[in-house]
Amino acid sequence: MARIAGVDLPDNKRGIIALTYIYGIGRASSKEILEKAKVDINKKVKDWTDEESKSIRDTITNEYKIEGSLKSEVQLSIKRLMDIGCYRGLRHRKGLPVRGQRTKNNSRTRKGKRKTVANKKKATK
Amino acid sequence: MARSLKKGPYIDFRLENKVTQLNEADKKTPIKTWSRRSMISPDFIGHTILVHNGNKFIPVYITENMVGHKLGEFAPTRNFRGHTSKKDKGKR
Repeated sequence: MARIAGVDLPDNKRGIIALTYIYGIGRASSKEILEKAKVDINKKVKDWTDEESKSIRDTITNEYKIEGSLKSEVQLSIKRLMDIGCYRGLRHRKGLPVRGQRTKNNSRTRKGKRKTVANKKKATK
Repeated sequence: MARSLKKGPYIDFRLENKVTQLNEADKKTPIKTWSRRSMISPDFIGHTILVHNGNKFIPVYITENMVGHKLGEFAPTRNFRGHTSKKDKGKR
């Protein structure tokens, strides 16, 4: 089992897919990494030799920002927005969509589970 | 979509001139402006700018972190105070 950056990679998947299990690596950067490390992108993780997995690990640690440090960077930039008191920061504070989406309905991802207001009067006629 | 780099950041001429004048005179008097669309440039740091929100002027003290944002982002045009609760409705 290959372990990179504290994440277990699935053995039975192709390298290009397996690397995307790491936070901060998607299909595009996964392909880049495997090309730089000179590993075939279709090779499954269980077939990697020790050398190959080492060169993959090296390219990732040298050139990519992943997992913890990337997460903290994202958090820091959100915090910056909140501290300077700009519109985007205010939206982050209130837990509402930041990029101008409607909030009359939907946007449940940001707002979380519905909070029903009790005793709403029923419309009569 | 982001603005073309070729054009450079947009800052209202009159506002820019006022800020450079103040910088030369080394003064920090507040500037009133309606130009919410102007980008905050590094020259603005330390000034207080009164940004119009459609109703009144909101004082915005410019810090280093704000560079690159637009003035309007710091003067909200809507003020949502929450929905009226049932108690409040009865009073009206």
